[in-house]
Amino acid sequence: MKDNPKLNRDPGHAVKKKVTSFLTNNMVTIMFVVLSLLAFQVSGMNSNLYITDIVSRISRNSFTVLALIIPVIAGMGLNFSIIVGAMAAQAVIIYVTHWGVPGFAGIMLCVALVTPLSILLGYLTGHLFNRVKGQEMITGLIFGYFAMGIYTFIFLQLVGGVLPMDNEVLVLSSGVGIRTTIDLYGGLRYGLDDLFRLPLPVMLIIAGLIAAGYQLFIFMRSDRLKAQRFNMIIGIAGSLLVVVLAIVLMNSNSLIRLISIPVATWLAIIALCFFLFFFTKTKLGQDMRSVGQDRHIAAVSGINVDRVRVIAIIMSTVLASWGHIIFLQNMGAWSTYGSHMQIGFYAIAAILIGGATVTRATIGQALLGVFLFHTLFIVAPAAGRELFGDAQIGEYFRVFVAFGVIGVTLAMHAWKTKLQSNQGIRAIKDE
Amino acid sequence: MQNIFKDFVRNFGIPRLIILGFFLLLCVMAVFLGLDFAELMSSSLVRIGMNGILVLAILPSIVCGTGPNFGLSLGILCGLLGGLIAMELTLNGFTNFFAAIAFSIPLSVLVGYGYGLLLNKVKGSEMMFAIFVGWSVVSVMKIGWLVLPFNSPEMAWPIGRGVRVTIALLNREVSQLLNNLWAFNVGGVIIPTGLLLFFVICCFILWLFMRSKTGMAMYAAGDNPRFARAAGINVDRQRIIGTIVSTFIGAVGILVYAQSFGFYQLYDGPMMMPFIAIAAILIGGASIRKASITNVIVGTFLFFGILVVAMPVANAFAADIASMAEITRQIIQNGIILYALMQAGKGDAA
Repeated sequence: MKDNPKLNRDPGHAVKKKVTSFLTNNMVTIMFVVLSLLAFQVSGMNSNLYITDIVSRISRNSFTVLALIIPVIAGMGLNFSIIVGAMAAQAVIIYVTHWGVPGFAGIMLCVALVTPLSILLGYLTGHLFNRVKGQEMITGLIFGYFAMGIYTFIFLQLVGGVLPMDNEVLVLSSGVGIRTTIDLYGGLRYGLDDLFRLPLPVMLIIAGLIAAGYQLFIFMRSDRLKAQRFNMIIGIAGSLLVVVLAIVLMNSNSLIRLISIPVATWLAIIALCFFLFFFTKTKLGQDMRSVGQDRHIAAVSGINVDRVRVIAIIMSTVLASWGHIIFLQNMGAWSTYGSHMQIGFYAIAAILIGGATVTRATIGQALLGVFLFHTLFIVAPAAGRELFGDAQIGEYFRVFVAFGVIGVTLAMHAWKTKLQSNQGIRAIKDE
Repeated sequence: MQNIFKDFVRNFGIPRLIILGFFLLLCVMAVFLGLDFAELMSSSLVRIGMNGILVLAILPSIVCGTGPNFGLSLGILCGLLGGLIAMELTLNGFTNFFAAIAFSIPLSVLVGYGYGLLLNKVKGSEMMFAIFVGWSVVSVMKIGWLVLPFNSPEMAWPIGRGVRVTIALLNREVSQLLNNLWAFNVGGVIIPTGLLLFFVICCFILWLFMRSKTGMAMYAAGDNPRFARAAGINVDRQRIIGTIVSTFIGAVGILVYAQSFGFYQLYDGPMMMPFIAIAAILIGGASIRKASITNVIVGTFLFFGILVVAMPVANAFAADIASMAEITRQIIQNGIILYALMQAGKGDAA
């Protein structure tokens, strides 16, 4: 079909087209904003409580969700095998807890130990994925379950018996196997979070000032078009408004001003965002992008496709294991044989809710997704109680949402590729 | 001679050889440990009969070309719903069992049809899609179990709303119904004749169906869709029929499973069941594109045989018996699915 030039000249039509394409491209996200708002209204939840909860959830989950981006760029879809990285993190945390290294030193030791382990696991996963090109997602999912069997075997049957571990707190009373829950209290708990904390308003003021300063700096140096300068002025004004609001908040007696932000954790997340941003500009990042767009063309232009794909999975696994350390040190007590189980699904659901697809994912989508998904997580039980008199319904509903969103995205992706290939065939026929 | 051996290994697959070897090893160990072999045989037979039909349900979906039915939980849920309706009507014994199957027919036809339509929209990534459709529907039904109007005191929680997590079948005389039918004892081995007979009859009916005109068209559609289309077969329609049949057999399968187990397991119960059934048929020699009744029978025998024998053998070595059986299942099950995916990948590359 050819575009009608007359129609294109009509500005009203262009706007309408833009709006429709915006709506269709961001359908999942928009639906979620509406759903979250409704659920929040219905739940009648205290906003102090909500903000406290969402801040801590964002700080403990963002890192893992960001770990999903690199494989998407490399065209390997959603990496369901990040659960392998999570298990590596848990294995290391069990041993560090056993050795009794507490606090920040313990966290650093965990990171130092988990990195080689996840590199190895990522290497294996990557090679597995190279044998099943086009089916990476289901292979990753099944591989996660397979690895879970091995993880459970090691820590329930071997540790304490074949692998000696003399620790009454960690090992079951029978002498073999790790207990089903591990409490990091007095050990690694808040090892990263407690390094440096600031109250929320102070944090907002600093962030606002930095943002305003950065934009001002760009503004002074650039000689861009008027429209862009106008946008920048709005940006500066917005940042300053945040600062003013934060000062107002500081002097109010709202409980929100007491929320303390784990600055070190947030710095880690921000650092990862910067890393991802600059990584896509490097040679390797560009190679990944071309592999993601078309494997065959990339191979013809001299890129070692298999190697690039393995590196992508290694990076994702390592980042996921770090993310899981952040998650667990914040949680404190965790279930030895269960806390890795949902990590993959929830992280993937989150990034998809943020508007990512099987072939495209950005940092912004990841962060927005974490925010929206966990908003629903917080308010769903309360909304269920208010609507149906049963908090359980809300809890089941949020699990359904996680699986449903993944299912819908996969279906849309499959459907789109099918349509495209059909169109491709038709185009060839037309020629 | 060496070539024949090599061909055999390649066709049979190394993982299957490992699994077979593992099974034989377990049997030898069981003998050396002086375990009660008759009892092991009896419980193996029960496990084969009770799981066999669920494994059989995977067959039509592979044959019609939608790949192993990871969304079998839909059929399982239809069966459970049928079973619960029969319970609600306070039916007893065989009436209850067959009424449950009868109630699940319209449900599974309807669900299978809708599910088949969806699968036709996502050709090429059915498996991944099916997993998440299955899980989403299981989660929706968790809400369903809470709000559906089942009031019979056997099922509803005494306080609060919804039905129980497990529902006992003993009071309705459904528990062990087929297991005890014409059961007899041969040298200490109890043969659950009714259960095995039911499994064999189901296999036979499906075998007949596969040889009917529809069945042959289904084979063709699954084997080579383009060729089938050229031969005038409506491929999409065959895929839908395959999905419906698979869903319905799944519904029957869970009812047979439940009567042997003695309970309906609701809520999270059906979530991972498709994986077990798929692993069994793959162990039996099926691939993601090809499967036969023989694969079903061999796979069921091997997989559930291992699980039954592994438990008491592990008892002698491992600390935690219950978890050891579960771990064995998880590793074998997911290992064989991974292997099948890798085999399919090889086919694509060539």
